Amino acid sequence: MNREIAVVAFAQTDHRRTSEELSEVEMLMPVLHDVLGRTGLKTADIGFTCSGSSDYLAGRAFSFTLALDGVGAWPPISESHVEMDGAWALYEAWTKLLTGDADTALVYSYGKSSPGPLRDVLTRQLDPYYVAPLWPDSVALAALQAQALIDAGDTDEPALAAVAARSRADAAANSHAQLRGSVPHGEYVVRPLRTGDCPPIGDGAAAVILAAGQRARELCARPAWIRGVDHRIEAHSLGVRDLTDSPSTRLAAERAGAFERPVDTAELHAPFTSQEVVLRKALKLGDGVRVNPSGGALAANPVMAAGLIRIGEAAARIHRGESDRALAHATSGPCLQQNLVAVLEGDPR
Amino acid sequence: MSKEPVAVVGIGQTKHVAARRDVSIAGLVREAARRALDDAELTWADIDAVVIGKAPDFFEGVMMPELYLADALGAVGKPMLRVHTAGSVGGSTALVAANLVAARVHGTVLTLAFEKQSESNAMWGLSLPIPFQQPLLAGAGGFFAPHVRAYMRRSGAPDTIGSLVAYKDRRNALKNPYAHLHEHDITLEKVQASPMLWDPIRYSETCPSSDGACAMVLTDRAGAARAPRPPAWMLGGAMRSEPTMFAGKDVVSPQAGKDCAADVYRQAGITDPRREIDGAEIYVPFSWYEPMWLENLGFADEGEGWKLTEAGVTELDGDLPVNMSGGVLSTNPIGASGLIRFAEAALQVRGQAGEHQVEGARKVLGHAYGGGSQFFAMWLVGSEPPDS
Repeated sequence: MNREIAVVAFAQTDHRRTSEELSEVEMLMPVLHDVLGRTGLKTADIGFTCSGSSDYLAGRAFSFTLALDGVGAWPPISESHVEMDGAWALYEAWTKLLTGDADTALVYSYGKSSPGPLRDVLTRQLDPYYVAPLWPDSVALAALQAQALIDAGDTDEPALAAVAARSRADAAANSHAQLRGSVPHGEYVVRPLRTGDCPPIGDGAAAVILAAGQRARELCARPAWIRGVDHRIEAHSLGVRDLTDSPSTRLAAERAGAFERPVDTAELHAPFTSQEVVLRKALKLGDGVRVNPSGGALAANPVMAAGLIRIGEAAARIHRGESDRALAHATSGPCLQQNLVAVLEGDPR
Repeated sequence: MSKEPVAVVGIGQTKHVAARRDVSIAGLVREAARRALDDAELTWADIDAVVIGKAPDFFEGVMMPELYLADALGAVGKPMLRVHTAGSVGGSTALVAANLVAARVHGTVLTLAFEKQSESNAMWGLSLPIPFQQPLLAGAGGFFAPHVRAYMRRSGAPDTIGSLVAYKDRRNALKNPYAHLHEHDITLEKVQASPMLWDPIRYSETCPSSDGACAMVLTDRAGAARAPRPPAWMLGGAMRSEPTMFAGKDVVSPQAGKDCAADVYRQAGITDPRREIDGAEIYVPFSWYEPMWLENLGFADEGEGWKLTEAGVTELDGDLPVNMSGGVLSTNPIGASGLIRFAEAALQVRGQAGEHQVEGARKVLGHAYGGGSQFFAMWLVGSEPPDS
């Protein structure tokens, strides 16, 4: 089915360490209004709505049900939800538009990491019988990966520090970012990762509107056409994976057509500096590719939204004419277990 | 270009029980998946993608368990999606998987939903106190009982209707080897004498807590042509949502449910569901939801649903059998309950429902709902492909 589908609008919150005075709905609503406002669409005009979030961040069952209040699902809407990053909600919406059942889709995701200790919370993602009881936290697992990369000669600590510095410097131009401009690289959190190698913990939300064919051209001066999108998962146990590589990213990129022609921009969901090294290698990104001009997840990493934000940032650059062909990547699970790659293009100028 | 027709060629489920202490979560889901593959005579290598669903992660205490289940479900190197739309999730999961085939993104998809309630306590998992939000009280029963009362008052239904539904579903379950509750000594008197839990809902009119998983293999026209057994064809499928609570919400017969059914019927070309549909697997976690949903789904006029139940129309040998499998009232691995409804509908039109088979069933509805009667997922399956 060759239906052309594009990202036509993107909006996000200003990501902050805490948003304790706001409920999830209150955090989300301005973003939904913003993204709809960019296209002039109203909730009732949207053909399909899909969101991504995690109950474990909110600490309650069905946390997404109240977010529907922010959408204004009345009259009733055609709607779905994934317990995944919003990038996968976008994937579900993309397939819905491919079938022809809808011409427009609203995709949103949000995460409030501030109510709980995120490093502890994320350990609950691990094998519940053999690994989770040990409470190995997300930074410790990323540090294992970083050390494996250093041992393999793929990077060293100064190179990782350079990734951090570049990301925060780029984020200076991103008013939504949580860490903007120069940030001290700091002490070791878990060796070899220092504070600067780790993402900030914060709250945030993002939303994207997809539209098909002519509808996309009506809603956006320069739509970001999704040329391909694919996602793949790897084994869960770190012991059976080569942490210095990301075969799932490479396969997803292949299926999404990323290697058919070079991209000029890549928004990578690499919460840790070391993970950018892995992803650059898997995606065969050359030095000419502008990586994470938004500052990436090292500048703002609202869990469950950070992947969707990568797609939104890549699309926004195409909308603005700053990119013609961009790659966007999202990840989930410990040490890049699951990865999604989207290839976006603008019409020739 | 039109959508690719979607066929169900493999169905598998576990024997649902209160506690599967003999298997891990991975073992549970793999058992159902393996049975679905066996039914389709396919191997893990034939599966292009996996779509998994379950209800809140707090029910097992594992955050996003699909990450850990990737290996057990043969998903390594493949796309894996995790759906969560509250109680309707099992239905939504099947529909998301079906869309992958319909959009020609993938040829053959494994879809599975599960719950292992014995790992935790669902009623209290649902009752976590949240500041500034209305408490759900003691689980779902406390939430839904007033809605049932509203239905009784509105329709004038006699008090005994709920017990008739429970008595029927529990007897149907005796014909389904996978059902959780097998109450061989069930009588109507016992149902009516069971303790009152949430007035007017009695203990025997309430779903059990189950451990279980259900899986289906969905495929395209080419895949269906290779299938060893008759496929079930998807004739229509839809999801609808509305907010949890708002002024003017009809909790007895929510608009989202009516809209969802109307969309499915439109896709399938159904104009008179009562006459054209041969049976329905409807999400009835509390007995009174059978007459309530019969009206919401257009099988009966408003206020008339209970009359179908009372007249025996929804019995296994009635002219609109409902919950031939024993339904949610007999088996409730929450996240899987919607998928079981969808799968049981498919079993019927494939003629493979065994002792609870409805003779000559050609079109059967699968239905799921969740949240505060706000999320709906439905599909209609048939023994013949669409447009044939």
